[in-house]
Amino acid sequence: MSQSTNSIDWEMVIGLEIHVRLDTMSKLFSGMKASYGASPNSQVSFLDAGLPGTLPVINHKAIEYALRFGLSVDAEIPSVTVFARKNYFYPDLPKGYQISQMDDPIVGKGHIVINTDDGEKTVEITRAHLEEDAGKSIHDKYDQYSAIDLNRAGTPLIEVVSEPQMSNAKEAVAYMRAIYTRVTHLGICDGNLQEGSFRCDANVSVRPKGQTTLGTRAEIKNLNSFRFIEKAINHEAKRQIKILESGGRIVQETRLYDAENDQTRSMRSKENANDYRYFPDPDQLPIQITTAMIDAQRAHLPEFPEAKIKRYVADLGLKLEDADTIANDLNLSRFYEQSLAQSTAAADFNAKFLLGEFNALLNTHGTAIAESRISADHYAGLLDELHAGTVSRKVAKQILDDMWESGQDAKGIIADQGLGQISDSSELTVLIDQLIKDHPEQVASYRSGNEKMFNFFVGQIMKQTKGQANPVQTKQILEDKLNNE
Amino acid sequence: MINLSVRAMSAMLESKQISVQELCGVYSDRTQAFNADTNALITIHAELNAAELLQAQALLKQGGHPLAGIPLVHKDLFCTHGVKTTCGSNMLAEFVPPYNATVVQKLSDQGMVSIGKANMDEFAMGSSNEHSAFGLVSNPWDLSRVPGGSSGGSAAAVAARMVPIATGTDTGGSIRQPAAFCGITGIKPSYGRVSRYGMVAFASSLDQGGVMAPSADDCGLVLSAMSGHDPLDSTSAQQPQFDWQKPKTPDSKGLKVGVVSAWIEDLQDEGIKQRTLEAIAQLQANGAELVEIDLPHADLAISAYYVLAPAECSSNLSRFDGVRFGHQTEHVTDLESLYRQSRSEGFGQEVQKRIMIGAWALSSGYYDAYYLKAQKVRRLISDDFKQAFSQVDVIACPVSPEVAFKHGDKSEGVSMYQADKFTIPASLAGLPCLSMPIGFTQGLPVGLQLIGNYFAEQSILSLADQYQQQTNFHLQFPEAFA
Amino acid sequence: MSINRKELEEIAALAQLNIPETQVSHITESLNQVMAMIEHINDANTLEVTPMAHPNDAWQLVRQDEVTDSSHKNELLALAAHADEDHYLVPKVIE
Repeated sequence: MSQSTNSIDWEMVIGLEIHVRLDTMSKLFSGMKASYGASPNSQVSFLDAGLPGTLPVINHKAIEYALRFGLSVDAEIPSVTVFARKNYFYPDLPKGYQISQMDDPIVGKGHIVINTDDGEKTVEITRAHLEEDAGKSIHDKYDQYSAIDLNRAGTPLIEVVSEPQMSNAKEAVAYMRAIYTRVTHLGICDGNLQEGSFRCDANVSVRPKGQTTLGTRAEIKNLNSFRFIEKAINHEAKRQIKILESGGRIVQETRLYDAENDQTRSMRSKENANDYRYFPDPDQLPIQITTAMIDAQRAHLPEFPEAKIKRYVADLGLKLEDADTIANDLNLSRFYEQSLAQSTAAADFNAKFLLGEFNALLNTHGTAIAESRISADHYAGLLDELHAGTVSRKVAKQILDDMWESGQDAKGIIADQGLGQISDSSELTVLIDQLIKDHPEQVASYRSGNEKMFNFFVGQIMKQTKGQANPVQTKQILEDKLNNE
Repeated sequence: MINLSVRAMSAMLESKQISVQELCGVYSDRTQAFNADTNALITIHAELNAAELLQAQALLKQGGHPLAGIPLVHKDLFCTHGVKTTCGSNMLAEFVPPYNATVVQKLSDQGMVSIGKANMDEFAMGSSNEHSAFGLVSNPWDLSRVPGGSSGGSAAAVAARMVPIATGTDTGGSIRQPAAFCGITGIKPSYGRVSRYGMVAFASSLDQGGVMAPSADDCGLVLSAMSGHDPLDSTSAQQPQFDWQKPKTPDSKGLKVGVVSAWIEDLQDEGIKQRTLEAIAQLQANGAELVEIDLPHADLAISAYYVLAPAECSSNLSRFDGVRFGHQTEHVTDLESLYRQSRSEGFGQEVQKRIMIGAWALSSGYYDAYYLKAQKVRRLISDDFKQAFSQVDVIACPVSPEVAFKHGDKSEGVSMYQADKFTIPASLAGLPCLSMPIGFTQGLPVGLQLIGNYFAEQSILSLADQYQQQTNFHLQFPEAFA
Repeated sequence: MSINRKELEEIAALAQLNIPETQVSHITESLNQVMAMIEHINDANTLEVTPMAHPNDAWQLVRQDEVTDSSHKNELLALAAHADEDHYLVPKVIE
C-alpha cells in the first residue's frame, strides 16, 4: 500500500439506482389503492400486510409503464420476464421478502444522453426492473418504538440501474434529471420528489486518476432531491479520499445522507442483510412480452425534449436557450404549445413573453405552471391583443395581474377598464394639433434644431392619454406635423 | 348412516329422509365422541355456522346440488373467515383470518357445512402428524400408530367416519400417504387445478389442495366443486372447471396402465408387495392393459425435493416475524430478539430445520450448486413422466414402502423423508395422483397410487372408481369407530 | 457438504432463529444428515437441462389496474400483538 500522499489526483466513479414510482391506480400485486398521503395503514390489503395464504397478481399497467420506459431509453426488451424474491427481515417489509426481479428484468441494456460541461455524454443503463415498494417506519412518534405504516408497501416501482459512468456529482445530477424528464414526459410517474415518487441511491467510489479498476464503493441511500444528491456525492467522495489518503480502507456499506448536517453515516440496521437469497417467485409464472405489447407502448411514446428543442429552433425560430427551457419542462411545453395553437402571435414572441412576463408572474405567486390561474387559452388571448397592438407590453403586464386575480380574459379586462391603445390616427391627430397650437414656443425651439424637444411632445400625448396612445403612430403623426409646417 | 356415499347422503337430504341439521348432528356427535381417541381435529365447531346451514337448505330446495348439506372438515391451513386457523403451529395458535380460502368459499357456496378443522403436521411439514403443536394424531386402525402426514388429521377423521369429507393439501405426499395409512381415498389434483389462495403456503410450486374421502366418487364430486381458475391465484390453471363423470361400468378396456416393476419388486414389506400386485391384477382384470415404464430419475426426487421445498418454505415462512400477526414473544429487547425469539418459540423443531435447510440452499455460494441443480433434476424427473405418458394413460405404483408405523419410531434422522420416495416424483412434476385403499396387511391398510397426466383427474378417478365398483376396501372402517 | 458451528450460526441469522446452546450439536448433526441426503442430486447429469421453477407450462395472467379493495385497517391492526390506533409497533429501529 502506498503511504499517505497529497500528490494523488483522485477521480470519482458514480453509478445511480433510481427508484421511479409508477403512477398506477392500484398496487403492483393487489387491488388496493396506491395513492400517496392516506391515513396510516388505511391502504393495506391482506396481501400488502403479508397475511398467510394471500397471493400476488401483477398489475398490467405496471408492465406497460416499465416497457414504455424501456423503449424511451432504447433498451433491449426481453421476450420473457420473471419476478424474484429478495429475502430479508425488516419491519416495513411485511412478507419477509420483496418481490423484485433478478435474472430477466423487464428492461435490459439501454442508454440516455446527458448534457455535461464537456458537451453531450451517453450514459449506459444496465437494466430496469419492476419491484414493490416497502412500507414506512416512523421513528419519531415514540421513544421506545418505531411505528410502521404499510400504505406504501406494494406500490409499484421501477428501479433504473446505470453503469458506473458518471465522473462527478454534476454529471450524476444531469443523469438524474434526464431520467426524471423521461419518466415525467412518459406519463408513468408523477415526479413528486417530496412524496418520494422519484428517489435515488448513489454508488460512489474514488480512484487515482488513470487507474482502470474500480475502488470500493459505498451506497448512499434515499436521495430525493437534485440538490442533495450533488452535495451527498461530493461529501462522500471527500470522506473516502480522506480515508484513503490517511492509509485507510473503504468499507463496502450502505450510508444514509443527513441533509441537515450535510454528512453521510453508516446504516446500522442493514448490516446483516447482505445475503438476499434471490430466487424466482414461485407464486408467479413467467410473463410473456409480445411484440404487440411493445408496439402498443411505442405508440404512447411522446416527443422528448431533445427532439422538441430541435423543432422549436428549426421550425419555430426560437432561441436555443428559450427552446431548451421550455422543452425540458413538461408542463411549460404543454402550456406553450397549447397557447401556440390558440394564438396568432409569433412563436418566438410568445416564448419570450412566456419566459419573461408570464414566468415573472408565476414566480411572484410562487406557483408552478401546472397550477397557473391563467389558462393557456386566456394567455393566448392576451398575446393576440398584444399582437394586434391593442395594448402595449407594459399594459399587458398589468392585464396579466388582473387576469390572475379575476379569472377574466384579456378582451374583457381591456374593454372594462378601457385599456385599449389609441391607434385611431384621426383621434391622435386632433390631440396633436391641439398640442402644437398650445405650445408655440416649444414648436419653434424644435423647428430651430432642438431635436430633444420631440420627446416633450411625445411625453405630453402619453400623459394626456394615460399611456394608451400607440407610440409608433404618435411619433409618426408628430413628425409629420412638426416637420412639414 | 355413517358409511354412506356422498350421493346416498345427498339423495336422503333431497328426499327429506334426513335434514341438514340431523346429518351434520350425527357427525358432530361423532367428532365429539372420537376426538379424544384420534385427536384428528384441532377445532370442533360447537355450533354450526348458521349461514352455511341456510345456504345448504336453499340449495337443497333448488335441487341439483349434490354437495348441499354434506358435512366436512378443512385441514387447518385453509384460512376460514372468523374461525381459528392454526396450521398446527404455536405461531398461529390464535390466528383468526379475516378471509376465506378460495377452496373454503367454493365448498361453502355449494352448501357444504364445516364441522371443524383438522389437525396436521405443523405448516404441513411431516409424514406422521407427530409434528403438531396441538398434539399427535392417532391412526383409527391402531391408536398406537401414526395416521401419516401432513394431512393426518383429515385422514384419521375420515377413516374414523367422524366426517364424510375432509380437505387436505399435498406438497410431497401429504394427502396420498395418510390416505394410504388410514385406508381411505385421497386425491392431489394437478398443480394449478385448485386455487392456493388462502392456503397457508409451505412450498408454493408444489402445494396443492385436494380431497380425502372414503371413495373415488366422493373425491370426484368434491374436487369438481373446489377446482377452477381463480383470479386471486396467478398459478391456478386456466382450465375449464373439473366436472367428474362417474363411470357407469367397471370396464377399463383400452386404458393403458404403466407399471415400474422394480418399484414393486424392491418393496421390503411382503404384505404391501402382495396387495399391490393383487390390485394391479384387478385393474388388468377390469380390462386395463399393463405397460412396463421407466422413470430413471425418480430416485433423485427426494434429494431434489429437500432442496426445493425447504427453499420455498424458508421464504414463505419469513412473514411470521411476530409483528403483524401470529405469536410474539414476551422477551423483547430489540427488533432482532423480537424476530428470533418469536420465531423460535412459534415454530417447532421440524419447521425450523426446514427453514434453515432452505436458507442455506438459497444462500450465496450454494444457490447454483443446490437450488438451481435441484430445479434441473426436477426437469429431468418431469421429462421422465412426459416420456411415460406418451405410452400410457395412468401410472400405478405404491404410495408408501411401509404401513402406518408406531408413534415415535421415526422421530430422528431422515428415515421419515425416505418413506416419501413414491409420492414425491409426481409432486415435483405437478401431476394429478391419488391413493386408494387396496386391502390390509397385519390389520393395517395399504394404498395404491394412481398418477395421471396433467389435468387428467378424470382418468385416475375413473380407474379408481372402477376398481371400487369391484372391491369394498374403501367401505371398511375400524370396528372401534362403528 | 456439511456445516460447522459458525455456519450454523450464519444460517440461523439468515433464518432469524435462535439456536439454544444445548441444541447446537443436535441441530448441526440433523442438518448435516439432510445435506448428505441432498448431495445425491449431484448424481444427475444436468448439462444443458433448463431449470424447472414451476410445473405450470403457462404464462402469467395479469390484472387490470383497478382498485378493487378498501381499507382493512381495523381488522389488520387487531391481529397484531402490538399496535396503536394507527400503526404496528416494533422496538425502536435505528437506521
